[in-house]
Amino acid sequence: MSFWERIYLPAILKGMWITLKHFFKKKNTVNYPEEKRPVAPVWRGWHVLKRDDQGRERCTACGLCAVACPAEAITMTAAEREKGEESLYREEKYAAVYEINMLRCIFCGLCEEACPKEAIFLTDRIVPSDYVRQNFIFGKDLLVEGTTPEKRIDVTKRQKHIVEKQWL
Amino acid sequence: MPKVKIDGFEVEVPEGTTILNAARQIGGDIVPPAMCYYSSLKGSGGKCRTCLVKVTKGSANDARPLPKLVASCQTQVLDGMEVANISSDEVLNARRGVVEFLLINHPLDCPICDQAGECHLQDLSFEHGLADTRYEFERRTFEKIDIGPYIKLHMTRCILCYRCVYTAQQLTPERVHGVIGRGDHAEISTFIEKAIDNDFSGNVIDVCPVGALTDRTFRFKSRVWFLKPMDAHRNCEKCSGKAVAWMYGNEIFRVTGRKDQYGEVHDFICNTCRFEKKALEDWTIEGPRDIDRHSVISQNHYENKTVTVK
Repeated sequence: MSFWERIYLPAILKGMWITLKHFFKKKNTVNYPEEKRPVAPVWRGWHVLKRDDQGRERCTACGLCAVACPAEAITMTAAEREKGEESLYREEKYAAVYEINMLRCIFCGLCEEACPKEAIFLTDRIVPSDYVRQNFIFGKDLLVEGTTPEKRIDVTKRQKHIVEKQWL
Repeated sequence: MPKVKIDGFEVEVPEGTTILNAARQIGGDIVPPAMCYYSSLKGSGGKCRTCLVKVTKGSANDARPLPKLVASCQTQVLDGMEVANISSDEVLNARRGVVEFLLINHPLDCPICDQAGECHLQDLSFEHGLADTRYEFERRTFEKIDIGPYIKLHMTRCILCYRCVYTAQQLTPERVHGVIGRGDHAEISTFIEKAIDNDFSGNVIDVCPVGALTDRTFRFKSRVWFLKPMDAHRNCEKCSGKAVAWMYGNEIFRVTGRKDQYGEVHDFICNTCRFEKKALEDWTIEGPRDIDRHSVISQNHYENKTVTVK
């Protein structure tokens, strides 16, 4: 090494110059969750199990999402609707337990495509991070949308997408 | 022995064999589908019309073709007969029409139905039917009926193949259910919903090509494609004891008879084996059953034998 290389000063200054230049460049990161990046309308994130317009669960536990799932992330247990539960479930069979393992899920959207009842949709919500694996097994409490209008999750863009596909 | 040619394949069969059975001896795609014919039930067949074929040459003596499409499960072969099944557009069109008729009153509740995945009508409509219906009127509906503690009758799904009636007639000493009413009003009934308490009554579930008769002990428990069908046997004084145990892990969810490639059971099993013996220690598990790899039942199962018989 020559004398100038041995004192390291020019190399440090060169590096600092690059750092200084980056102060004035446009940042690549955003302050999530205060700030969110725009996503495509077909963005596939956190699933939702939709209710119909009368607030009844659409899912009938047919198991087609689970058999379509390439990661085998979905499990369910079906139950028969009792008398008096007609306002809760649309069909005579419903999913008593419906779990998606979010660590296994690859967000491919095949469950959405397989669903004959238009019950499951992937939304633009990002699955929150956590410290415990157990918390990533999402049950019906985290998947089924609420009954009140403000707790409903809007998937009209995705439904339109399905409708268009059917007409093609 | 008469020689018959089906879709160009020649086969020699004993006198009195039907076209359907001759085609089954050849095997493969040329076998006509059958919804009502059941080889182990005497007198079955001739009702659903899905097995229609065209006889292009009557026999060696009389080369004229038969004027109409014939039901292959009822028509016996003659020497020199030539039959067109999938090679004839007329047959495929007629079959599509038959499927449309069968689906007129059939509800679209496959996501709920326990038969889905092993339903012959589902396979048939997938192969031949149209995706939409042209029927605009209300479908006929019935109340669900519990036939005894083990069997559930969804009359709405019934296609009136009469298989269960023949089963009840031929496997049990006294017949307690039959078809009442005529035409569109015909329905399977037990007369005043009388419970069937015969030891072999559970076989009506296996012979039903659709989900009209289902197992109440398995009702909504699981879907068939989540379960692994395993050949199993036990010492039973009433029946052969040869059955299929549908397992999930070490749990037996349901027991059925052993169906062959045409979905037909030859060793009928008794109700004790079918409904009451669901503990692992009741059965000797022989190994995984051969399931066609195109079937939804073999989806996500990696333990099939490497060579499968279609």
